[in-house]
Amino acid sequence: MASLPPIDLPSNATGEGAFDSPALEEGPALFEYLLRLGDDSLILGQRLGEWCGHAPSVEVDLSLANIALDLIGQATHFLGRAGEVEGKGRDGDALAFRRDVLDYRNCWLVEQPNGDFGRTMARQFLFSTWQKLLFRELLGSKDELVAGVAEKAVKEVTYHQELAGEWVIRLGDGTDESRRRIEDGLAWNWRFVPELFEMDDLAAFMAGRGIGADLAALRADYDAQVAAVLAEATLQPPPDQRPILGGRRGHHSEHLGHLLAAMQYLPRTYPDATW
Amino acid sequence: MVAAARLDETGPIWAVLNEVSDPEIPVISVVELGIVRSVEPDRVVITPTYTGCPATQVIERDIRDALDSAGYRHIAIETALSPAWTTDWITPEGRTKLHAYGIAPPTRSAVHCPQCGSADTEEISRFGSTPCKALWRCRSCAEPFDLFKCH
Repeated sequence: MASLPPIDLPSNATGEGAFDSPALEEGPALFEYLLRLGDDSLILGQRLGEWCGHAPSVEVDLSLANIALDLIGQATHFLGRAGEVEGKGRDGDALAFRRDVLDYRNCWLVEQPNGDFGRTMARQFLFSTWQKLLFRELLGSKDELVAGVAEKAVKEVTYHQELAGEWVIRLGDGTDESRRRIEDGLAWNWRFVPELFEMDDLAAFMAGRGIGADLAALRADYDAQVAAVLAEATLQPPPDQRPILGGRRGHHSEHLGHLLAAMQYLPRTYPDATW
Repeated sequence: MVAAARLDETGPIWAVLNEVSDPEIPVISVVELGIVRSVEPDRVVITPTYTGCPATQVIERDIRDALDSAGYRHIAIETALSPAWTTDWITPEGRTKLHAYGIAPPTRSAVHCPQCGSADTEEISRFGSTPCKALWRCRSCAEPFDLFKCH
């Protein structure tokens, strides 16, 4: 068998991942970064919206719907700005309703199915604790919109974290059944936590430009806050599991496609419909 | 009156804005709610209350309609996110009107029942009928009520 010709490496090849990592440019990198921020909020907002009319009590129904509203408000700002940065005429709605699964940049945690109330509250607590720390960092972002949204939203997200944390405590330190459910919820969501702190090339690039946050630096605070609530809930942290990564680069669980099918149905079926 | 205190050329514009009511809480105006941040002869700057408040778009449309009707079609409406809105910007008149309407105004001390005035009150739910309110009840008169959350 004839041997294959040698591969000519480009002169700037680093020898590792050279074909997968073209040099980053600020505009496209900022677009991607805004999608990460906006898609997290949008997808979790849609997930929480699925509870509307189904929550255990009307008060919880209102809480989940109102948290969803805050998140969708964040997404509206982030995706609107992403459209401006991209400069191809797409607005926030176009980005929300006319992208397919592989173009979404949210983390895996937010796209996970609601499960029962315990699993939903575990997901909310793990996410809102992270988002609060993230937005505190983004207060100093050099992107005016990112800093502005962070400043507004950090107060709202602090409230989300408190509400979810109180439920983790109430369920954990409650009945045998409520305890079992919150334990199961935490165990289910635990493997998606490491992705929140992943510093890939794009995240490092944006942090270096003073626009994004150094996620890895948030981990110690995060672990301490989660541990404090779990201790009050008389719960043990679940054992660490093999982390699942890839959402930031468009790799998702099968659940996201189903979520988008419901969320995008109307704008895709009746393009440009208004009401 | 906020509007009457403005004696410069923006005074009449403030007067128009002071007639635009909040769509969710119609007893108070957008000025009393503290979402009008500045008024200049050619532009009005507003700020949203909550990031996802669905009333934000309605408020902007209502302000546009009011300005147009008063002959201020040339005035642009701009939205500023920073500094972030806080309930500290609700005016004293706004707070009085909220209380009279049955919504306890935001407070960092004891929450008083807007029906009977008792301070013997408790939270039922951290969120009420809108993102900006929590649901409370009075242990004296047993009436539930909305509390405008400190924000």
